[in-house]
Amino acid sequence: MLEPQERIRFEQLVLPHLDAAMNLARWLVRNRPDAEDVVQESMLRAYRFFDHFRGGDARAWLLQIIRNSCYSWLEKNRPSELMTEFDEELHQRPSTSPETLVLQANERQQLTLALEALPPRSREVLVLRELEGCSYKEIGEIAGIPIGTVMSTLSRARQRLQRTLARAAAKEAC
Amino acid sequence: MNCELAQTTVHGYFDGELDAVRSAEFESHLESCAECQTALSGIESLRTLLQQSNLYARSSSQLGTQIRKQLAPTEASVVGPAAFVGRWFLPVSGVLAVAAVFLIAFFIIQPRTESTRITAELLDAHVRSLQPGHLTDVQSTDQHTVKPWFDGKLDFVPPVSDYSQQGFPLIGGRLDVVDGHNVAVLVYSRRRHFINLFVWPYREKQSSFVSSGSRQGYNWMTWQSGDMQFCLISDVALSDLRELKEIVHP
Repeated sequence: MLEPQERIRFEQLVLPHLDAAMNLARWLVRNRPDAEDVVQESMLRAYRFFDHFRGGDARAWLLQIIRNSCYSWLEKNRPSELMTEFDEELHQRPSTSPETLVLQANERQQLTLALEALPPRSREVLVLRELEGCSYKEIGEIAGIPIGTVMSTLSRARQRLQRTLARAAAKEAC
Repeated sequence: MNCELAQTTVHGYFDGELDAVRSAEFESHLESCAECQTALSGIESLRTLLQQSNLYARSSSQLGTQIRKQLAPTEASVVGPAAFVGRWFLPVSGVLAVAAVFLIAFFIIQPRTESTRITAELLDAHVRSLQPGHLTDVQSTDQHTVKPWFDGKLDFVPPVSDYSQQGFPLIGGRLDVVDGHNVAVLVYSRRRHFINLFVWPYREKQSSFVSSGSRQGYNWMTWQSGDMQFCLISDVALSDLRELKEIVHP
């Protein structure tokens, strides 16, 4: 266990990012109860490794640990999910105009489904950017990828999400 | 049409991740490229949709409590030399543990809920300011008009600067009340979005760290400098707020 002042530092620096941890875990393992288990376990792990934290961005440091725990959890519980990669071609044109993105009823549910349908490595980048407001640098640090890859992954993820939503909207219009 | 930039650079531009030169280059390209314009408004409406749909999964307060409980030292770690282990030990250590929990709750949790409450108040003030006619009391892009306007209205002098050169033009200023005290608010714009910069003298030193977060689709970033507390709130990306923060206090 850490010294009392270290524990207080952990509570001040790391615990305020519990929501960020929960949000990333929920979107990676795709349900709340499992995400809570992963977060609880990772928080304790982060606490044990806190003396390795060299200052800087505590949120990115924590999210990196959360992310790795989520992937270990997926590997153990749903290994097939990690096999999904982008089958679509990088340069496929988006078939939507912005207007078609205005969905009607069940909007939140459709968005949730569309997000969950993204491969995990795209989903995490999109969630970190659009919901968590992370910079490319932070995302790169958390996901362990170069900044250029962050941009191209985001580009693919956004296009794919737009296509899925446009399809859902078209279906609803029928 | 088959614009390569509509696949990649437009995202970096939209996210505020391009440096000034590349950003300016892309802007002049954007004027004449319909494909990039479509892509840009597409990702803009996607972001609006994502951020307005309440998708952010917050932790339950129960989980927070559980984790805090697990971090607190267990009785086993309080146990000293074996000689102390007697029939008095368990009740005494129990009392100590309870006292420790109360102390931690008092010193750690209380200031945090305090700052959460102030963040919520600032957020309300931001939302209120977006209603017609509430944004500014003094509307001017000239810092030499805005700064004197605050004279005599506050018991402190807020720093007022225009950052048009850096992409954050000053729109004006106003007074607001947060936590029962008058605060100065400077309003900046960023790509047709408004950013409120709240400034007030801090009453207690919190920490030298910049903290930020998002709530109900708005991003905020707060820090202390000198004897002033600063808080930026807007619906623009956190990276934009960070950029403005770096301009205000590099």
